[in-house]
Amino acid sequence: MLRFISRPGGLKRLTSLTSRGKVGSSQCVPEFTFQGIRAFSLSIPRKQQVEVFVDGNPVKIEQGSAVIQACEKAGYTIPRFCYHERLSVAGNCRMCLVELERSPKPIASCAMPVMPGMKIKTDTPLVKKAREGVMEFLLANHPLDCPICDQGGECDLQDQSIRYGTDRGRFHEVIGKRAVEDKDFGPLIKTSMNRCIHCTRCVRFANEVAGVPELGTTGRGSEMQISTYIERTLDSEMSANVIDLCPVGALTAKPYAFSYRSWELKGTETIDILDAIGSNIRVDSRGVEVMRVLPRINDEINEEWISDKTRFAFDGLKRQRLTTPLVRQGDKFIPISWNEALSCVAKEIHNVKGTEAKAIAGQLVDVESLVALKDLFNSFGSDNFAIDGPNSSKIPTHGVDFRSNYLLNSKIAGVEKADVLLLVGTNPRHEGPILNTRILKSYLNNGLDIGLIGHAADTTYEYDHIGTNSKALDSILKDVHPFAKRISEAQRPLIIVGSGVLGNPDEAYVFSTVAKIVNKYKPKFFQDGWNGYNVLQRAVGHPAAYDIGFIPSHASSQTSPKFIYLLGADEIRPQDIPKDAFVVYQGHHGDVGTHYADIILPGVAYTEKSATYLNTEGRVQLTRTVVPPPAASREDWKIIRALSEITGFTLPYDDLPSLRDRMNDIAPHLTRYGVIENTSNSQLGIEYLSELAANSSDAKLNPIIQDFYMTDSISRSSQTMAKCSAAFIKKKREPQLQASS
Amino acid sequence: MLKKYLLNQTFQAIRLRPVFKGIASFATVQNPTAGRTYGNLKDEDRIFTNLYSRHDFRLKGALKRGDWYKTKEIILKGHEWILQEIKTSGLRGRGGAGFPSGLKWSFMNKPSDGRPKYLVVNADEGEPGTCKDREIMRGDPHKLVEGCLVAGRAMNANAAYIYIRGEFYNEASNLQEAINEAYSAGLIGKNACGSGYDFDIYIHRGAGAYICGEETALIESLEGKQGKPRLKPPFPADVGLFGCPTTVANVETVAVAPTICRRGGSWFASFGREKNSGTKLFCISGHVNNPCSVEEEMSIPLRELIERHCGGVRGGWDNLLAIIPGGSSVPVIPKHICEDVLMDFDALRDVKSGLGTAAVIVMDKSTDIVQAISRLSDFYKHESCGQCTPCREGTKWLMGMMSRFQKGYAVPREIDMVEELTKQIEGHTICALGDAAAWPVQGLVRHFRPELEARMKAYASTHNEKELSKFSSAAPGLDRFTLSMV
Repeated sequence: MLRFISRPGGLKRLTSLTSRGKVGSSQCVPEFTFQGIRAFSLSIPRKQQVEVFVDGNPVKIEQGSAVIQACEKAGYTIPRFCYHERLSVAGNCRMCLVELERSPKPIASCAMPVMPGMKIKTDTPLVKKAREGVMEFLLANHPLDCPICDQGGECDLQDQSIRYGTDRGRFHEVIGKRAVEDKDFGPLIKTSMNRCIHCTRCVRFANEVAGVPELGTTGRGSEMQISTYIERTLDSEMSANVIDLCPVGALTAKPYAFSYRSWELKGTETIDILDAIGSNIRVDSRGVEVMRVLPRINDEINEEWISDKTRFAFDGLKRQRLTTPLVRQGDKFIPISWNEALSCVAKEIHNVKGTEAKAIAGQLVDVESLVALKDLFNSFGSDNFAIDGPNSSKIPTHGVDFRSNYLLNSKIAGVEKADVLLLVGTNPRHEGPILNTRILKSYLNNGLDIGLIGHAADTTYEYDHIGTNSKALDSILKDVHPFAKRISEAQRPLIIVGSGVLGNPDEAYVFSTVAKIVNKYKPKFFQDGWNGYNVLQRAVGHPAAYDIGFIPSHASSQTSPKFIYLLGADEIRPQDIPKDAFVVYQGHHGDVGTHYADIILPGVAYTEKSATYLNTEGRVQLTRTVVPPPAASREDWKIIRALSEITGFTLPYDDLPSLRDRMNDIAPHLTRYGVIENTSNSQLGIEYLSELAANSSDAKLNPIIQDFYMTDSISRSSQTMAKCSAAFIKKKREPQLQASS
Repeated sequence: MLKKYLLNQTFQAIRLRPVFKGIASFATVQNPTAGRTYGNLKDEDRIFTNLYSRHDFRLKGALKRGDWYKTKEIILKGHEWILQEIKTSGLRGRGGAGFPSGLKWSFMNKPSDGRPKYLVVNADEGEPGTCKDREIMRGDPHKLVEGCLVAGRAMNANAAYIYIRGEFYNEASNLQEAINEAYSAGLIGKNACGSGYDFDIYIHRGAGAYICGEETALIESLEGKQGKPRLKPPFPADVGLFGCPTTVANVETVAVAPTICRRGGSWFASFGREKNSGTKLFCISGHVNNPCSVEEEMSIPLRELIERHCGGVRGGWDNLLAIIPGGSSVPVIPKHICEDVLMDFDALRDVKSGLGTAAVIVMDKSTDIVQAISRLSDFYKHESCGQCTPCREGTKWLMGMMSRFQKGYAVPREIDMVEELTKQIEGHTICALGDAAAWPVQGLVRHFRPELEARMKAYASTHNEKELSKFSSAAPGLDRFTLSMV
């Protein structure tokens, strides 16, 4: 209690607590203290704790929890197949049966809510018999093909039958086992429906998280099947999560089928960088090869899901790789040594004036190499920096002075607290699929109202389409469109502007009008740490570049560069590169950027280095080295450090800790991992935006990502992603093309 | 030796009896009124007076038979009074489970939270052997319509949905006719019977799945979803149809309510044994001379029921083999139990069977009892919804084993195994279909084990031993040594 009062604003909270009169117990106090300032005005009523007894041990748990949760909390493992914390309760596998005092029948612990004083027994002959019985029934129709099943070794059915099943089978029926035709769920999910135990986890995931309601059950009794009824693929960029969810080998990964056994793999916990969400992942490797990518639980970011790109694009890491320095000779690239390559680059640097050198950073760059490259360029007098992408060689319209102007301020999890959401020029389904699942979750559970200005995409949830062009924002600002009323009535409204708006002819208009809308309902958009203005970045390199000021100065953006350093920059168009410029490309893949290069310096990909990345929330996270870099490629910051020495502008750090010290000097939040530094002066930032030029040419807000499966050098090199693109994107476009022609 | 054996038996009997008593004493009447006999219901005490459609089913005929008489007064007496009458009458649900109706209906009168309340009438009569609700709906539909209003008033429901089995075409059209008449006569709808109470009745025709007769599956089906039972809790009285408080009741239960209210709960309670009171529609089918549906007093002895109304068992009582007393879901009882068992909930439960829907299926000695039960296993396999594991997998397994038993293509040890399987299904499923699939097989094993064994012996004698060896390894209780020998 003392700790509580000593916090700023603590006393105030205390009175509000008592006045509500609902929560008087002291046990909830510690929970508040950990949630920071923001928690101080949360008015979520604490749910009452009830005490239940599991095998005689008392355990306290929130009212409304399931018995299985109480058992977990008390430290008892309850076997289960259909129950999953993040999905609705089906209660159909009957594996989690436990005994309840004064109940003649065993109960399904996943579906039974706790009652005060409940006495649960998990270790009685009745429970043991029930589990054995269910196990026997499940195995009766399950093929015993574990030796050729990809799930082998990490199969719930296998594990639980060892633990809870009987030691021999009794199924010898002459009618034999069930046989079901396999389904075609697309290029990612391999089905083997004979193995299905009908837990319906995949069905619930598809409906509740991925937003593809086509998946369901058909048929009855033992003829029941999981299917889409009319044979079709599972069109979702989250679809492959069903592979993790499937407790048996019915749904396994198609791209790497039969290529490993789970016990051969070494898991490394790292993060994903293929979009700006920064999903937490575990990369499994065998030797020097990445074998698969799995999600890691992080409730603030990706919960337990990852997108299909995150999961399957890794095969791109094995193709099109730059493994040795290359120099252009005529229309060919010739391998050269690192020494020659760096000397050659150094010579070119000395040939141009400082202001004539320009550095362009790509989508996947890490903070270390950005800082090193900026330091190097600054040291020879250049401050001409840009990120790749349309119209990005000029200073971004939203500026970089106010961090809140380009970040997802209300956080990914914050979407669940909002009640009205306006999407401007973005399709979160492609720009941040994880964010999209949050929106869908909020839409399904909290009744989130969604409006959209821009391309009317299939987002998996319903929305009010306010307009396709930028002028539609006006109808919200001037209360013409009915959706304006929803914002005015909302408690916690949210606006998400897509990063694709930068580069639109009306970018200044869009940002200023959005800022005016925010200003109009200022008390709602800015309340106790909540900032309802958001920008959804699509690439992990962009927020980092903004954070360290990797943008051109006014003067330098006017000069035509003679030396261009592409740091993993692949969104390059011919007009970005002057004809006479000398181009250096540093990166890990032979992608678009390399076509312009005179010299190629091979860097490494995110699985091969420990590097800092910022996600769209401004959250700083580290990757870990999973596999060694291929051949002669080197870590990116080391290449720049080596180059600095050869050019004679030696950078003052020669190991990672001292480079991170330097990052800490630039911006201390860059070395605070896992947390989000609160932005200050966000209201001032909005003022700045609202004063931008406000002329609209009524330009279309086009989607920035045309093909979700082909957004960066890694996914473009991936065969799996190419198959997905063909199956999901091109297939959909074809009918449209036919209709238009 | 024999004496010792007998002594042993007596000991077992002594040991077992208190246990039996213990189970039975939950609701069983300990001292039925001595000397009282049940049955021989008088015509003036019959509730369903047009069961055989001999008279006009329409409003005019119904009014002649006393329907809609003083309904307004009943409605105006309010839900407390109606509930009290129903409680006094001791009416127990007629759909099979036999839950006290007054108590069930009273769950609906919690303080309202603004949600509407619904009465759902289960007219999805699919239990094999049962044909009572369809007779009501065909001959006496106004009884049901009026019952909906009275029962609806008792639970302050806003509307009633009658979920009628899709195959019942004539029944649905007669019922719809009755509803239309009642609407135009102002008996239901806005200001029903001039009582100031608004009440609507809708008919929904099902598509013929047995499982849709389960109350929560019925609700799901009514909502337009797959008919798959819901998890309970929450019970329908909290979250039911369209998420609103709902009570699902059988046609017969609802249809007797107005008469109970008119003639008084104590009148109804005067029939039958205590806690099993009332009159009941019995549907007797199978090997009797005159199969029929008949309204009789509860607790009528089974033998009297058959001999009075059905002209006795085909070929005489001694030709009887066994009877399934309450629809396909309840265990079969052999002749020696049928001799003196009373037809009510508790008496039949005491003989480890059940009243169910009171669909009496009589089988004489020409019946292949194993085939009969095997056919039921087939039925339950076909009708399992497939949602939960024990029922989905278990019913198929049972079906497979039963079809082998029919030929005797099995080893005697498997009889114990099949019983164990039924125990693994029973009580482990979401709804009662698992239990319903298990009980007939349990009844068969309990009473006809010698028959099963004889068949197996006959089969084994004419077939190669090797053919059966795989089943002997499947049977329980085999130690590792024997296993290795096999």
